Amino acid sequence: MTGALPANLKANPRLARWLRFDAAGFIELRPGKVEIGQGILTALAQIAADELDVDLARIRMIPVTTAASPNEGTTSGSLSVEQSGSAVRHASAQARAIYLAAAARRLGIAADTLTVEDGTIVGPGNLRTSYWELADDALLQCDAIFGVVPKPPSARRVAGTPAARLDIPDKVFGRPRFVHDVVLPDLLHGRVIKPAGPGAKLTALEEGPVRARPGIIALVRHGSFAGIVADTEAAAEAGVEALRKAATWSGEPMLPDEGNLAQWLKGEPAETTIVEDRKARTGEPGQRTVRRQYSRPFIAHAAMAPSCAIAQWSGPDRLHIWSHCQGAYGLRADTALALGIPAENIVVEHVEGAGCYGHNGADDVAFDAVLLARAAEVGGRPVRVQWSRADELAWAPMGAAMAIELEADLAASGDIVDWRSQVWSNGHVSRPGRMPIPTLLSASLLAKPFERLIAFNPPMAMGGGAERNSVPLYDFPTMRVTCHRLLTMPIRTSALRTLGAFANIFAIESFMDELAAERGEDPLAFRLRYLKDERARGVLQAAAKRAGWNEWKKREGVGHGIAFGRYKNFGAYCAVVAEVEGSAEIRVRRLVVAVDVGEVVNPDGVANQMEGGAIQATSWTLKEAVRFDRQRITSDAWETYPILHFSEVPAVEVEILNRPEERSLGAGEAAHPPTAAAIGNAVFDALGVRVRNLPITRERIIAAMA
Amino acid sequence: MSSNDAIIKLNVNGSDRTVEADPASALLDVLRNQLGLTGTRYGCGANQCGACNVLIEGQAVAACDTPLWAAAGKSIVTVEGLGTPERPHPLQRAFIAEQAGQCGYCLSGILISAAALLKRNPNPSEVEVRAALDRNLCRCGAHNRIVRAVLRAAKEAL
Repeated sequence: MTGALPANLKANPRLARWLRFDAAGFIELRPGKVEIGQGILTALAQIAADELDVDLARIRMIPVTTAASPNEGTTSGSLSVEQSGSAVRHASAQARAIYLAAAARRLGIAADTLTVEDGTIVGPGNLRTSYWELADDALLQCDAIFGVVPKPPSARRVAGTPAARLDIPDKVFGRPRFVHDVVLPDLLHGRVIKPAGPGAKLTALEEGPVRARPGIIALVRHGSFAGIVADTEAAAEAGVEALRKAATWSGEPMLPDEGNLAQWLKGEPAETTIVEDRKARTGEPGQRTVRRQYSRPFIAHAAMAPSCAIAQWSGPDRLHIWSHCQGAYGLRADTALALGIPAENIVVEHVEGAGCYGHNGADDVAFDAVLLARAAEVGGRPVRVQWSRADELAWAPMGAAMAIELEADLAASGDIVDWRSQVWSNGHVSRPGRMPIPTLLSASLLAKPFERLIAFNPPMAMGGGAERNSVPLYDFPTMRVTCHRLLTMPIRTSALRTLGAFANIFAIESFMDELAAERGEDPLAFRLRYLKDERARGVLQAAAKRAGWNEWKKREGVGHGIAFGRYKNFGAYCAVVAEVEGSAEIRVRRLVVAVDVGEVVNPDGVANQMEGGAIQATSWTLKEAVRFDRQRITSDAWETYPILHFSEVPAVEVEILNRPEERSLGAGEAAHPPTAAAIGNAVFDALGVRVRNLPITRERIIAAMA
Repeated sequence: MSSNDAIIKLNVNGSDRTVEADPASALLDVLRNQLGLTGTRYGCGANQCGACNVLIEGQAVAACDTPLWAAAGKSIVTVEGLGTPERPHPLQRAFIAEQAGQCGYCLSGILISAAALLKRNPNPSEVEVRAALDRNLCRCGAHNRIVRAVLRAAKEAL
């Protein structure tokens, strides 16, 4: 019976796939989630250490490989602690029970008389053995069963306390840790060129001079895909420059008007769904309607490192890939689809990359490496491909631009009696491994190209995509929320941290602020009147208290704002108070973040995620927009895609409301949405100007003043 | 060895090293691919992000757009040369104590910028730390932890 096992353990029940005890005194833990800078390895190690009664230092985290790791899908959606954490907890509890049973047999006493202290198993009368003495891989060659209960939260000693990140020392001492640093025997270096724009086709390529360059081993062209392989990285860099010059592209301008994204979004063909339709109970009729429109631009992942991967073929149809992807099994599936070989012939091994905030170029560059490594001249040697900074900023999938129209019917009192909203956006997901066509960028460039998948939205049961958080958590008597997913996709979009929640919460929480201002009511009090959920009220009140909301003294050129969101409406609760100063040039001075993630596994990990989320969201809110003309993305350097600098970063204070008896909820995306709205509301408080179109730049503020 | 290659002497992390390379090649490429010092990261190749910063004669410079000839004969320190787990630089100790990082890709360059700062200003203010790191980008939002770590290192070294 496996009825109540965590879903990921039920799907991957063999315990040996999760854990291995080593006679040398350590335990290998092999979760199916990957480190992308969020600290998940440490949190999962804490959970295992607790259940197994060993020191954290005894847990060794093994990176994901499709050759051995459980398939836990994609590391995304702030679900890793929730999903993998519970699977690891149960698997560890079962492994402990199995080892205790083995100890009991060896010692000739009952298992329930045994305790474990850092792996040493102790029984009455000083009887003792240990995991390390008993270590035997055969013991875990069995499936997880229902019935072994993990420890109650009150018995946990490691989880719930701050743990130092396991990966930080390597990164501070500059030791090889990233896929970029992997050195394999006979490693070759590849580079690819990207088209002149999303609609461009490679019409001519003068191959001769490129092939004749020193160090060039292969030139690979398939349709509009082209790249070179060289014996050194320097030769590859020089070679790709030559290749770029040797290419002729044709293509119609097909990108929308950057200056009027909302109008473009609303004019494209779309699939319309009703997200929420809450019927009116009898109540006060509306006397007047307030209508506002908000928007956000396309936003780039803008990872610190250009995407990078290594691929190596052995024979005509066996392939090994080293990648910093979020989903090794998804990359494997799409690579198999694109090449027409069985997925079982491919091993994808995860190696860390730079911080990852969603579906970036990791999978795409892996497929580029696969195509280059297949060249006959390469002869089965491994090929490392690294994108350029320009390609990283222009060709990784983007977070979708969104327009949101909100309408509220107000009673004579100013109370909200009906709420209507419409969202226009591209879909927010085109991840690999989920569709019958591969979504890898270069698969759409081949001579026989695969159709480019139009991004879709995950179902609302998973939090939705464009419609994520489009339904306010406030208790309005009637409500209708509609989502229009575009059926065209001139700019490729996919998952970027929070999906639609960032813009939807920005819109809802800005609108709530506007409605409170219309009534002349304090924005915090106004929100609390519509909010029954105690945990929601809890974070708002905690943030307000810590920030000194009620003691605020109005001063010239300084403002404060508050906002709230519960991520996906079923994830972590978060409220933010922002303090800003400035006239047209806005500086965020301070952000106070209160969060409720249920039971906290690593308090410092949660704090780090909240700080990072709030700072990244400040960057999105004040500075970021993908720039383009009708032909191509033009924001392809840090100068043209500026992000927040050290001198611009606000002070961030985090208040964690620990609720040990509540289920753990992911922290990675909770801070972004309310941060944006709190900043917008603070700008209004400071300047009396409402900026509804992100980013809140000097130009937008001046435009809003007019 | 291509026709442009020359024999160039460098002093890297206190050791004299000789490389055969085109004098115009980027110092970063030589550090990573010839000397195996992969701690210095490639970020943008255009001196806009600070991920590849190294110390040359005590100054933090971007190795991605420093030609090899410009580093010839000079003293170069990479993140690997700052300290080791056994003998960490005060900054490295402080970064671990403050858990100053998320993905860590930017940290090598930031540690180098901070080391250059502390050398010329052993007791910087928070504003001075932020100014010194302003050309180093961090995308994860670890900035404030990093600033705290630099201030802690300064305090502990005084």
